[in-house]
Amino acid sequence: MSVILTEEEAKALLKKVMSYSKSDECEANLLGNIRGNIRYARNEVSTSGALINQNLQVQSAFGKKVGVATIDEFDDASLEKVVRRSEELARLAPENPEYVGLLGPQQYKSHSLGYLEDTANINPDTRADMVFKSLELARAQKLVAAGFLEDQKGFSAMMNSKGLFAYYKDSGINFSLTVRTEDGTGSGYVTRGYNDVKKLDTVAATKIAMQKAVGSKNAKALEPGKYTVILEPTAAAVLLESIYFDMDARSADEGRSFFSKQGGKTKIGDKIVDERVTIFSDPAYPALPGAPWAGDGQPQEKVTWIDKGVVKNLAYSRYWAQQKKVKPLPFPSNVIMEGGTATLEEMIKSTKRGILVTKLWYIRPVDPQTLLQTGLTRDGTFLIEDGKIKYPVKNFRFNESPIIMLNNLEMLGKTERVVSTESNANYMVPPMKIREFTFSSLSDAV
Amino acid sequence: MKRRDFIQMSGLGLGAMMLPNIPIMGRSVAAESFLNEGIDVAVKKRLADAALNAAKAKGATYTDVRIGRYLNQFVITREDKVQNIVNTESYGVGVRVIANGCWGFAAVVDAKTEADTARAAEQAVAIAKANAKLMSQPVELAPQKGFGEVSWKAPIQKNAFEVPIQEKVDLLLGVNDAAMKNGANYVNSLLFLVNEQKYFASSDGSYIDQDVHRIWPVFTVTAIDPKTGKFENRQTLSAPTGMGYEYLQTNPKDKVTGITTRYNKGYDMMEDIIAASQQVKQKLSAKSVEAGKYDLVLDPSHLWLTIHESVGHPLELDRVLGYEANFAGTSFATLDKWQSKNFNYGSNIVNFFADKTQVGSLGAVGWDDEGVKTKKWDLVKDGKLVNYQAIRDQAKIIGETESHGCCYADSWSSVQFQRMANVSLAPGKEPLSVDEMIKDVKKGIYIVGDGSFSIDQQRYNFQFGGQLFYEIKDGKIVGMLKDVAYQSNTQEFWNSCAKICDDRDYRLGGSFFDGKGQPSQSSAVSHGSSTARFNGVNVINTARKI
Repeated sequence: MSVILTEEEAKALLKKVMSYSKSDECEANLLGNIRGNIRYARNEVSTSGALINQNLQVQSAFGKKVGVATIDEFDDASLEKVVRRSEELARLAPENPEYVGLLGPQQYKSHSLGYLEDTANINPDTRADMVFKSLELARAQKLVAAGFLEDQKGFSAMMNSKGLFAYYKDSGINFSLTVRTEDGTGSGYVTRGYNDVKKLDTVAATKIAMQKAVGSKNAKALEPGKYTVILEPTAAAVLLESIYFDMDARSADEGRSFFSKQGGKTKIGDKIVDERVTIFSDPAYPALPGAPWAGDGQPQEKVTWIDKGVVKNLAYSRYWAQQKKVKPLPFPSNVIMEGGTATLEEMIKSTKRGILVTKLWYIRPVDPQTLLQTGLTRDGTFLIEDGKIKYPVKNFRFNESPIIMLNNLEMLGKTERVVSTESNANYMVPPMKIREFTFSSLSDAV
Repeated sequence: MKRRDFIQMSGLGLGAMMLPNIPIMGRSVAAESFLNEGIDVAVKKRLADAALNAAKAKGATYTDVRIGRYLNQFVITREDKVQNIVNTESYGVGVRVIANGCWGFAAVVDAKTEADTARAAEQAVAIAKANAKLMSQPVELAPQKGFGEVSWKAPIQKNAFEVPIQEKVDLLLGVNDAAMKNGANYVNSLLFLVNEQKYFASSDGSYIDQDVHRIWPVFTVTAIDPKTGKFENRQTLSAPTGMGYEYLQTNPKDKVTGITTRYNKGYDMMEDIIAASQQVKQKLSAKSVEAGKYDLVLDPSHLWLTIHESVGHPLELDRVLGYEANFAGTSFATLDKWQSKNFNYGSNIVNFFADKTQVGSLGAVGWDDEGVKTKKWDLVKDGKLVNYQAIRDQAKIIGETESHGCCYADSWSSVQFQRMANVSLAPGKEPLSVDEMIKDVKKGIYIVGDGSFSIDQQRYNFQFGGQLFYEIKDGKIVGMLKDVAYQSNTQEFWNSCAKICDDRDYRLGGSFFDGKGQPSQSSAVSHGSSTARFNGVNVINTARKI
């Protein structure tokens, strides 16, 4: 049997799993994926590898006693064994007061928009070819390239004893590259993520990193302080993430997140950022398709999380929704921040004095109450004066809250797909111009 | 798997986001299967020999085979509930070869037969030959003698995997209950257990069987001020260690008393969580720090992380050479600084050593993951940079004739590469206690426990928070502070090191999940120090109004 099952194959296998069940409730999750990668540094390939993963997880419940077992062999005897094992574990388990039982059959709106044959068909040769094109350019310019190319294809499926069945297949490719000058005084970065390998142009991407590397040589020091900044989408994404990961209703209700309000309330309904900020999720979004169902089988619908600066929704687990008597809402499978119409060039042109930031690095939360984050600029930081890039500047450490940042919004560019350099997740993020962004010290790092 | 996937998988809420990075791999299993014996060592030798022979037949000039069984158990609770118990087991074989001067690697899950391991070896050779076309410099390994059939076991007293789950659940729910009774509004507690059973064989003639154990009990308590809606957290002062369950059986000798109790080779989780529940309320009403220059007195439960980021990482030779440029970064500690023999990494009382043999440390093993016997060596001596951390294919670059023995892979399915050894600050040579150190400080802050951390990609500029901050005025602790973080530059900071307490105060801290590489691999490493004083460090106030 192949690793990537079709919907029919997955359904047949899961039906067989269900037929072995003797528990009150049974649910099975099945996945298979294949990953391949090449890593290079100092203009040489350093490592490459491939990993095949397939797994079946079975959860059995007797009342609120729940047991989970997994297996990676799918013959009949193994399937029966894993079901029996999960049942044994359920009988031994303490009651889980937060177990809310299984969902019945669900309707899902979109199917596997993220799976592209071209990406699924990548082989070691095509991978090497994409990397070679990038390496060749860097070598010719006497620049030093270090990069990573990783592709994956896979499927996941679930079925439960109440008749729910879900299936999703996707593919993807992420590419990232750091180009440095031979003397180590300049460094540039680029990253790209797609479901469709045809959209990945390693030559064009490499040229951007090369241009930033050469352009960032001999950076001058500016005094730290508050600056107008233009954050390229790669830089903005890692700060937005800290908002996205905090949008859990339970923590907000419990009074221990930014989304908490005095007196046990939450910030749902409050305007927290500039009215030009709208953030939503939509599994059918063409440039960034997401899975149409969450891990527990709930459908992923289009959801607006922040609408014109106002918090509209927080994620409610099924348990917490039951406690609070509201509709459950799973964490989304993609996140899109709406953009404006400006190009990056127009944003630079409109700036009297500011800093253009390519990438932010080593982002860590400092205060969960305000979502204050610290981190540094990296791989291409430039001074803008009178609408033009003047010269490269030394990297800064920042201490800033993304909430304050989105309140100090000056301008939004067109939203585009980016890869988070912290979590590797893909998002739609616009470039943004922000006033009074807080840089608190200088770094000598290149 | 990334921390967030794990959190999603284990059904944890946001509380888990306050916990450290949690990668996980392998398939989940029943706890009792941990007690099954792994594959017999004679069978492992046969499987390894099949791979060694197959690779040689296909033209490999060097081969190593790692047969690994990796066990993880995570017990996760909040307040009066067990949220999840995760048991995973992962078994497979990874084969690494040099063919045509180039590395190649292939791994196979659940390899049970000689045909399985031979097939992985052949794939590794094929990959090496394919990639050799893109190479301009052949790989050159420092010579390494074979050790024959040998073994090493972590010197643990009580295998944590043999302790019944119920006992662990009782421990965590017991400390949670104590936290709630002492005024915490919320509490999350976890127990992380790891056992690596790994077998290494190489074409140099080594067959090495090793058994490595790690344990880490952690918690976060949260207090909320109902009047203001503000909240504070206090996390555990435990250290992850290379010990067995005996780490949780304390005796008074393991405690360091003072303004707050700290722990050495044994951890009293109950005592720490009761203290934490009281301190987290004090934090709510503590004075917000006034930004400026302070003399810092840093406890080992805090200083380990500063050592890890500003000494351990920049002295990894693969970073220095540029192999991590696209992700973790490079290093300010360039080869010319080392060659000059005159680079002042720190003041002349600062001595750093790397040690893969330290008993009870996370990094301790008998041999590394390329069959090199582990040892101790100096990195910074009397303040001067003297060495790096290197593995076999790098040793030549720094004029060494042998590897330092710090090669590691986090799974049978990952390629081994250079990872940080335990890197520690040597205790002061003159007798000095923490109380004596504080007595001399006019305007200072005493920091206990690790908090927020961030450092640039060449390891110059850093910022660290902590768990507990005490204001020192004219030689006395006068009260608690909050909103504290310090920023400095690595060389400036270590040159401002004015005093180090003696070896009576020496303790280990460490990182259970240190990430590096693409795809990212995690490793565990300890860092020892005694309390140390740093003069005139820049402290910022992290409070913001929204």
